[in-house]
Amino acid sequence: MSQQQIKILIVVAVFGALALIVPHSGSFVVLLATRAMAFAILAMSVDLLLGFTGLSSMGQAAYFGVGAYLTAVLATKVHFGLGWDFWLVVVMGILLGAALAALFGLFAIRAGGVYFLMITLALGQCVWGLAYRWNSLTGGDNGINMSGRPNFGLDLTNEVTFFYLVFAFFAVSMALMYVLVRSPFGQSLAGIRERELRMQILGYNTWLHKYIVFIIAGGFGGLAGVLWAHTNGHVSPETVVLTTSVDSLLMVVLGGAGTLVGATIGTAIVFGLREYLSTLVPWWQYVLGGVYVLTILYLPMGLMGILARTGERLKSESKDERPKKLATKPS
Amino acid sequence: MTKKLQNILLGGCLAFGLGLTSQASAEELRIGYISPVTGIFAQVGKDMVDGFQMYLDEHGGKLGGMDVKFIVEDDQGKPDAGVTKARKLILQDKVHMIIGGLLASTGYALAPVSTSEKTLYISSVSSADDLTQRQLSKYPYFVRTSWTSSLPHQPLGQWACDNGFKKVIVIAADYAFGYETAGGFQKVFEDCGGKVVQKIWPPLGTKDFGPYIPTFKADADAIFTTMVGPMALQFPKQLRGAGNKLPILGSGVSYDEFVLPFMGDEVIGDVSALHYSAAIDTPKNQAFVKAYRAKFGKVPGYYSENNYTTAMWLDEAIKKAGGKYPGPEEFIKVMASIKLDAPRGPVELDENRNPIENVYIKKVEKKKMFGYDKDELWNSVIKTYPKVSQFWTYGKDKFLAQPVYDRDFPPCKYCE
Repeated sequence: MSQQQIKILIVVAVFGALALIVPHSGSFVVLLATRAMAFAILAMSVDLLLGFTGLSSMGQAAYFGVGAYLTAVLATKVHFGLGWDFWLVVVMGILLGAALAALFGLFAIRAGGVYFLMITLALGQCVWGLAYRWNSLTGGDNGINMSGRPNFGLDLTNEVTFFYLVFAFFAVSMALMYVLVRSPFGQSLAGIRERELRMQILGYNTWLHKYIVFIIAGGFGGLAGVLWAHTNGHVSPETVVLTTSVDSLLMVVLGGAGTLVGATIGTAIVFGLREYLSTLVPWWQYVLGGVYVLTILYLPMGLMGILARTGERLKSESKDERPKKLATKPS
Repeated sequence: MTKKLQNILLGGCLAFGLGLTSQASAEELRIGYISPVTGIFAQVGKDMVDGFQMYLDEHGGKLGGMDVKFIVEDDQGKPDAGVTKARKLILQDKVHMIIGGLLASTGYALAPVSTSEKTLYISSVSSADDLTQRQLSKYPYFVRTSWTSSLPHQPLGQWACDNGFKKVIVIAADYAFGYETAGGFQKVFEDCGGKVVQKIWPPLGTKDFGPYIPTFKADADAIFTTMVGPMALQFPKQLRGAGNKLPILGSGVSYDEFVLPFMGDEVIGDVSALHYSAAIDTPKNQAFVKAYRAKFGKVPGYYSENNYTTAMWLDEAIKKAGGKYPGPEEFIKVMASIKLDAPRGPVELDENRNPIENVYIKKVEKKKMFGYDKDELWNSVIKTYPKVSQFWTYGKDKFLAQPVYDRDFPPCKYCE
């Protein structure tokens, strides 16, 4: 079995275990896991940009936000998306997120590095401003309350059912993104991350590559937003605010950029500390801060870096052994 | 884990030993409390908890004879986090009720949780108008013990008319709370003959009012302000610094005891309206202020008073319900039947589950109060409007027929 297959097996096994264990661990844990998984889709979309393409986006909350607001507005104003049409809303959320990314990409992709970061930040704030000020549609500062979750044979009001739905979306998203980054297209993204100029000289249209992945990330952001809206039953400008973007970026860095699994682990840790530890102790913020600082200082590749490093060490050890064996073999 | 086991064993032994009668008295009232203990509103969040905790401490940790388990959860000032924490309290800690929530947006977010989980939610600070007005029917398990944003500012409009003000400029923070406070003032003020000649909405968190102050119309005779947080400190300073001497009629939160100690002498003489002032000169309030100040080293603001009163209300209601929690519907009925004598004055619920309470028109004065030996800024009460309802004098039906106060309602008829 190749190493890649082993990794996939491990992830699948962990997912299977989670799907079995979580529903039996108390309704608050189910709720937290649901929230974390919906958010992890956003974090993974950030990872597509940051980890695989080398674009640090500060505006990912924008696509998340339009997905969430779309769901809430449709549900409350025209009662759309509370039955089978929920799936339509999912598609619309993805398309809206992608469309917005297509628009924003035209401005943002021209730049790189810090400038890209600033432009995406500014565009994200535009969406926040809209959510905050367009009172008649978004309810302004007060946000929108949704009256219930969709029911299409499956009653999503049930927390466990809803958990499995979000879980499915999460797993499928991860699989799709995994296929994407392993594809030739994903490989050329990695090439852009490593050295864009060389890719250009090799004849790749790097602008188009970045533009396309930006749109794809936007689509996943929109999907995460749709799920998020139903998880909370409430959408407010707080969903779109800058800290949501920053959080998703930090989660990716914490878990390890360029791994997808890392983004998920980062999300799980931040949610665990912020929403579970905070119910136990008042000094949870110090723990969260400490984790961030230690990660930056000692694990620049994130928590997944530990795995990568041990993996390398094992490999080099076995390499060391091989020549010895060869040498001891009589020729 | 072992502690839990111990508790269970102990509980079991007690139940055996004392028989059924002991069960009622040993029953515990579990209260989940949501407030921003971290983040930019952390200090306000602490004041809220302190108010509630103080009442509990004064009564040996019991309300109406029931032992209280008081669980505080941090919402970081974010509605999303508030919802998660409320669910945690209900699902994991099995609380009987949720109390708290600071921001109007948190109140809007928590109310649906109370409906879906069929758990009582008492809004002890959050003031979003519509929760006890047009949206009330959606939230059968919701009660408010605090105020609606527009409640104290409607009498202020009347007061402005009675005191000869004709043309007023409105400048208020650009969000729902600002719209509702300013809307209440404008509606009543214009109905009694005044004119709002200009409306300005600086963004929440504005620190530099330089661009706004020179645009004030010259023929106005007063300014209505709703400023929150650092805005409240900056605005009067910059207004007076710019040489503007117009009287200020403010929202109560622009001058409440939370910001007052940090203000300079430039605010002396400014008028504001709220349902509480630490300077209400009644024995009940004096005792409350002195006890609070001895304990926490500062004068209580409405954040603390409202929560103290909420605890008092629960105390009375549990007592009246026979020393047990009778479930949300029944409990709301009991709460509605109680007329409370709180530090802020008499309080009772109206049919929309919002308090009917005194509104105090207050003027900032520098003086000695309650026997403290230093000159300090106090919100002296210059007029009391007794038993004010959220519908003011319009009556429920007429009031609810109009839309909720907003950026564009009431429209600015006299702004050119």
